[in-house]
Amino acid sequence: MSAGLQPPDPGARAPVSALAATWQRLRQTLWRQGAVVGTLCLGIALLLTAQGGEGFWINLAYSVSVGASCTLIVDLTRLGAAALHDRQHPAVDRAAADYVDGWRSAIPGSLLAILLGPPLGLTLGDAMTGVQAAPLLDLGATSTRLTLVLSLLGTVVSVVVLSALERLSSARTQAEAAQRQAAEHQLRLLQSQLEPHMLFNTLANLRVLIGLDGARAQDMLDHLIAYLRATLQASRQETHPLATEFERIADYLALMAVRMGPRLRTALDLPAELRGLPVPPLLLQPLVENAIKHGLEPHVQGGLIQVRAHRDGGDLVLTVRDTGAGLAAASSAEPGSHFGLQQVRERLATLHGRRASLRLQPATDAQGGTWATLRLPLPPPATAPAPSAAEVDSKPSDTKA
Amino acid sequence: MSTPRALIAEDEPLLAAGLRADLAALWPELQVLATVGDGPQALAQALALRPQVCFLDIRMPGCSGLEAAQALAEDWPEADGQPFPLLVFVTAYDDYALQAFQAQAVDYLVKPVDRTRLAACVARLQARLAATAATPRSAAEALEQALLQLRGLLGAAAGAGPSPGTVPAPRLAVVQAQVGNLVHLVPVEDVLYFEAADKYVRVVTAEREHLIRLSLRELLPQLDAQRFWQVHRGTVVQARCVASARREESGKVTLTLRGRAETLTASRLYAHLFKGM
Repeated sequence: MSAGLQPPDPGARAPVSALAATWQRLRQTLWRQGAVVGTLCLGIALLLTAQGGEGFWINLAYSVSVGASCTLIVDLTRLGAAALHDRQHPAVDRAAADYVDGWRSAIPGSLLAILLGPPLGLTLGDAMTGVQAAPLLDLGATSTRLTLVLSLLGTVVSVVVLSALERLSSARTQAEAAQRQAAEHQLRLLQSQLEPHMLFNTLANLRVLIGLDGARAQDMLDHLIAYLRATLQASRQETHPLATEFERIADYLALMAVRMGPRLRTALDLPAELRGLPVPPLLLQPLVENAIKHGLEPHVQGGLIQVRAHRDGGDLVLTVRDTGAGLAAASSAEPGSHFGLQQVRERLATLHGRRASLRLQPATDAQGGTWATLRLPLPPPATAPAPSAAEVDSKPSDTKA
Repeated sequence: MSTPRALIAEDEPLLAAGLRADLAALWPELQVLATVGDGPQALAQALALRPQVCFLDIRMPGCSGLEAAQALAEDWPEADGQPFPLLVFVTAYDDYALQAFQAQAVDYLVKPVDRTRLAACVARLQARLAATAATPRSAAEALEQALLQLRGLLGAAAGAGPSPGTVPAPRLAVVQAQVGNLVHLVPVEDVLYFEAADKYVRVVTAEREHLIRLSLRELLPQLDAQRFWQVHRGTVVQARCVASARREESGKVTLTLRGRAETLTASRLYAHLFKGM
């Protein structure tokens, strides 16, 4: 996993033009191309020799000439087409990589090779062997027909085999890239949730609290443990009840309340009938963390954070409101802070498409701050069981952290 | 030697209390003058109480510990000969900051602060205070050294630029200042200077001035640093509009402008920008 997470080294950077990308691809596949064409040429030479006619070496010279001509035509056409592509679509590096992998770049070359390869190769063969091969247009001679058929067949086979191999390897590269991206995403998600600054500050508080008030320290440690466990397990569950989500938020807010002291006031409001609703784990968490980190923490007088759930028609609406510094101040916050929101949006889009939404807006009342509103479709009644009594009793719905 | 006096700036009450308790155990004669919980208060209390040592948390509401230290260096009065305080930055986790602190030989503590590290820090502070007491340096010298370090930290912060993965802020070409329904468009090259004014920035041209709802901190990355020089924590001036710079007793520099009668002040922290070629 660690190897896949390393940033790409600058030497292996994706080429910026289709020409460069094609050139890189050709250089990478040089040996494979040589092996395929060489084997084919050898086979054809053996076949021709077995059919009688010229000796093996002469046949080999001809077949290698034809093979080399075809290969050269295919590759040169690809480079030419790539250069043309670059001229038409300047500076689109994303397209460059796609371009090389597409059939587009192989088809014109293959056609040209099939048409021009055999005559060019035969002329080359003539020059090498000093033998005058029958002209290709003299279709009466058996040897000419055989040469023609074999050349065409060889060209077609090599073009098809090479293209297939190339596509296979590019598909593998793409799959690897996708896997790497997924792993990177997972890591960033974990990093954003287990933010070191938060963790070490919490531990620093705990360290002091142990000396001052053992019971409170233990309480804080319990919240930290629950928070860490939830964070580490979040990616393994698809959904959990909304009540559990609120409990995790209560854990986090309890930790922050110890740290921020009287500067933080909290209010959680979860109506009993919504407690059992399944929600993706830690969906609200990033919003609450943002409200603290960008809203209340930088705000000298601190403030209130309010998390509520309510039903609006067929939608579940979750709101996180803070009376902190506001969106304008948060926009200048350090980079990477938008990852949490982006990640919430991505998860919503994957789960519910356009039926779910996340909106951030400035609070317009006197207290100021920010509203984050998360709207997601309620599951159909059958899949949303009424909360069991045990669940309702497990924790009060209004947790004062 | 008089009783050493310290100021603690830490927004988390437990951590402030913890540091205070640990200091009391390790350095009993240290008198903690005050514990404050935000950047602006740290500045105000440090100026009012004139401590010899300041423990500054980096991440604080209002402004960061680093910004508070820079403001302190700009405003520290030298008249009474009281030397600039020794600074100890306290941070929970910040790779960049730690590197910068090491590079500038600035004292720092990493949270959670263990006793051993705090003891080492206290020993270093005591040695430095004793050295100052034995061979009294002029207040100016102490300030000069602090300025050098803070400039280094400022430079490191600016040099670090936007971290990888973020798009650098686009250069501002036109300042758009709104007054009611009307938006004034001011080409950035016409701006003589920008001045922070509470939550706004004053945009001053030769003819008039405008207010924009933006902090100087947000504005700065959008300006070409070659042309627009920060000369004070609250002032950014276009270099070609500065007519002259006069160095004052206090180490500050008074700037006169082309096209405006008023003068600007460049703080000690930025005075080094103005020197003969």
